[in-house]
Amino acid sequence: MTESTTATHKDPRDSARSSVEVRLEELRRVYGAFTALDGLSLTLAPGELVALLGPSGCGKTTALRLVAGLDEVSSGRVVFGGTDVTTLGANKRNVGMVFQAYSLFPHMTALQNVAFGLQLRRVSDAQRRKRAGEMLELVGLSGFADRFAHQLSGGQQQRVALARALAIQPQVLLLDEPLSALDARVRARLRDEIRRVQLEVGTTTLFVTHDQEEALAIADRVGVMNRGRLEQLGPPTAIYSRPATPFVAEFVGLTNRIPGHVKSGEVEVRGVRIPLVKPDTTDGDAIALIRPEAVSLATDGTDGGPLTGTVIAVAFLGATSRITVDLGDLIVLAQMPTNQASAHPAGTRVRLTLRTDPVLIARDEKAAVEP
Amino acid sequence: MSRRNRMRTQVLRVIALVVFGLFFLTPIAAMFEFSTRGNGLNAARTWVAWTSILTYPDLTDAIKASLALAAITSVAMLLLLLPTMVWVRLRIPAIKATIEFICLLPLTIPAIVLIVGLSPIYYWIALNVSDNILTLAFGYVILVLPYAYRSLDAGLSSIDVKTLTEAARSLGASWPAVMWRIIVPNIPVAILNALLLSVALVLGEYTFANLLNYTNLQVAIALLGRANAGVSISTAVASLLFAFILLMVISFVGRRRAPSLTAAATDPQYLTAGQRT
Amino acid sequence: MTAGRPIGGGRRLSLTWIGVIPFFAYIGLFLLLPTAIVVAGAFLDKNGNPTFAEIQTTLSQGYVARAYLNSLLLSLVSAVVGAIAGAILAYAIVLGNPQGLLRRVVTSVAGVLAQFGGVTLAFAFIATIGGAGFMTVFLQDHGIDIYPNGIWLYELPGLVLVYLYFQIPLMVLVFLPALDGIRPQWREATESLGGNGWHYWRYVAGPLLFPAFLGATLLLFANAFSAYATAAALINQGNPIVPLAIGNLIQSEVGLSDPGQAKALALGMVVIVAIVMVSYAILQRRTARWLQ
Repeated sequence: MTESTTATHKDPRDSARSSVEVRLEELRRVYGAFTALDGLSLTLAPGELVALLGPSGCGKTTALRLVAGLDEVSSGRVVFGGTDVTTLGANKRNVGMVFQAYSLFPHMTALQNVAFGLQLRRVSDAQRRKRAGEMLELVGLSGFADRFAHQLSGGQQQRVALARALAIQPQVLLLDEPLSALDARVRARLRDEIRRVQLEVGTTTLFVTHDQEEALAIADRVGVMNRGRLEQLGPPTAIYSRPATPFVAEFVGLTNRIPGHVKSGEVEVRGVRIPLVKPDTTDGDAIALIRPEAVSLATDGTDGGPLTGTVIAVAFLGATSRITVDLGDLIVLAQMPTNQASAHPAGTRVRLTLRTDPVLIARDEKAAVEP
Repeated sequence: MSRRNRMRTQVLRVIALVVFGLFFLTPIAAMFEFSTRGNGLNAARTWVAWTSILTYPDLTDAIKASLALAAITSVAMLLLLLPTMVWVRLRIPAIKATIEFICLLPLTIPAIVLIVGLSPIYYWIALNVSDNILTLAFGYVILVLPYAYRSLDAGLSSIDVKTLTEAARSLGASWPAVMWRIIVPNIPVAILNALLLSVALVLGEYTFANLLNYTNLQVAIALLGRANAGVSISTAVASLLFAFILLMVISFVGRRRAPSLTAAATDPQYLTAGQRT
Repeated sequence: MTAGRPIGGGRRLSLTWIGVIPFFAYIGLFLLLPTAIVVAGAFLDKNGNPTFAEIQTTLSQGYVARAYLNSLLLSLVSAVVGAIAGAILAYAIVLGNPQGLLRRVVTSVAGVLAQFGGVTLAFAFIATIGGAGFMTVFLQDHGIDIYPNGIWLYELPGLVLVYLYFQIPLMVLVFLPALDGIRPQWREATESLGGNGWHYWRYVAGPLLFPAFLGATLLLFANAFSAYATAAALINQGNPIVPLAIGNLIQSEVGLSDPGQAKALALGMVVIVAIVMVSYAILQRRTARWLQ
């Protein structure tokens, strides 16, 4: 049987029923002396997909489990469409949850798995099968109803898990790093599948991941978390091009760290003056955070200025290429369309030009936390 | 709420552990109590039953015999099994399933049944080779086969025998060198397991010895039980403690190494199918 | 170039099989031959002629049917009780830290008790609830007589109790891996889908663990059925169970003059245990598929 990724007809009643606003108010989770989540406040609009992005230990999974009811808050509230669910157990919140792995019941077929939530709600046998069948069709696995978990690939298992979570028409859909355990190729395909399904069904969704590419690709808004706190919340473009803190700048996308000096709202970096995102930063030495796309190359680096160097590597990434330049005392990454990159093979002397969009600075070598 | 559920589970758990703990510790405690009873109704506790273990020549002979049997059986088991298992993996992987079946066969053929078929063979051995108690080792190797096999199999599965051997051979190693210098050092935990399990089994063995009329440790304890209950029980406790220490060693040595290498080798499932005596 | 004999080529067939000759020779002599002696010997009379007479004679003895019945009963009761109790204990352990001290100590203790049993266990119980045992005396001092109708420790009921002492640990050892295979995600998934604890056990954990539980019970059955040493240490006379009957036959005049009887009894044992073990193996495969 072949899998299909074609869209199926969306039932408008589904989205009207299941879209609610989800509000997290100052959620805090403490384990003894350790604070896993330090006051997270976030409102998800009905039908919105918000991704929580961050390194392991940042509190994103903790937050998700608090919303699911699988863990108890130390303080704060969780509100679904105006109803405070903070004290409700997981089985009373009507949430759909997709785990990272291993969540399908191995002794049930795909269809039985998907129908399980309905079985608990005492839906009749015929109705259950019909609905489960529809959900399997929605995720493109109509022919796989009678397969068991060990007969399905990782990607297929996660699709079944998604169908199972959606079968109960949850108020909120929660995904806990659903793609992390999968192959890279499967990941990209399934990521778009999940977004397609989510848009069709229209459920308010919280998606947790440590992969910034995933988050940026499918979310309506991204919340970058670090050490239990939300550092920035906004649309993917804002997160990427206007990072609010050094951590966000470094965690999302690649960044060059180039030493410079701050003076009167600008940072001077190797002879180039670039405005700052925060013009009121105090003067002094600093590290400028510059994206590789902001660096362009020209092949006349023989005059030996502060921004001249030798190309030591070219990484072909498909449509774009990333060029590593050795400036003698510093390594800088530049990224550009591949046809431009072909002019600067390894060994050529080049001169760098830095775009003068406002940049962030970090105060010392270790200012931004490594994930 | 889930907190209440969690507490309730914890309480039930503690109750269960305490109840089972009492059930299992009471007979052991009773053995201690019995073996330290003085003479007369309100006599003081005494360690006589323990200290006099060594004064019973039959008992000490039996202890020595059992220890010797344990050593011989373990070594014989290793010499028989390990080269064979390595050889099969390298040259005849097709019969691995057959070997496994044979090695697990003693789990299905009880000792009491095996001895019925073994006694004519032992009769022949006693007449033509030797009637020394140490000939029991022949039968004991069979009894330890399942446990030793599983242990060694888990160990060999966790290293790439083929690649290591080919690398060693290409560098000029002879077959004994491959076994001794390459294979053995890379599965120390599995070998230790197999050895300790064999020792524990041999020390606790009764059926073969009894029905072939040899006096090993357990037979001696049983015989002594009629004459001097205290000493027989103190010896029984001592042998039990000894076996316990051996098995604790397995579990602690196993855990200290990388879990992926030793998880299977220290899996308690290899201690199963109990009563081999 | 490699030293020693070349790998492959030449008289390949015989060289390849040389490595397993010692093994096959050994088990041929000490495992397969005795088994053959038992199986074949049950169908031979004392002069070596094939016959069913041996089996018939054996079965006609009064004690044989009773012995088999007692053995089956003893094995069944100790297996079922041991399985349930052992499962509860295993569950209590698996809830704790998998690398923790409690689990390791209990596993080691279980290993000792499950395997080391026999004489030691018998003596332990004699010391506890034997005629002069610790508990017997203690209860007597408090006015309770646990042996109003004779000391049952040395009879079948006593055997059941003592057998539990190694059956429960064996159950723990065999069932723990199955419990380990239960993933926490299944419980959480059930909860998020709207199920409570009861739903979880009824629809998920119960069905998943049942084959493992049943298989373990079968293993316990085979284990009890095969046990000899404990019974031999507790019971000095009579043939209440099959292993004891065989043991007595081997050591007695009757047995020596008519070896076929012991073999017939042994054959019966092998058949029963073999059936049980095959069923166990089948259930194991199902468990492995689900809980690995």
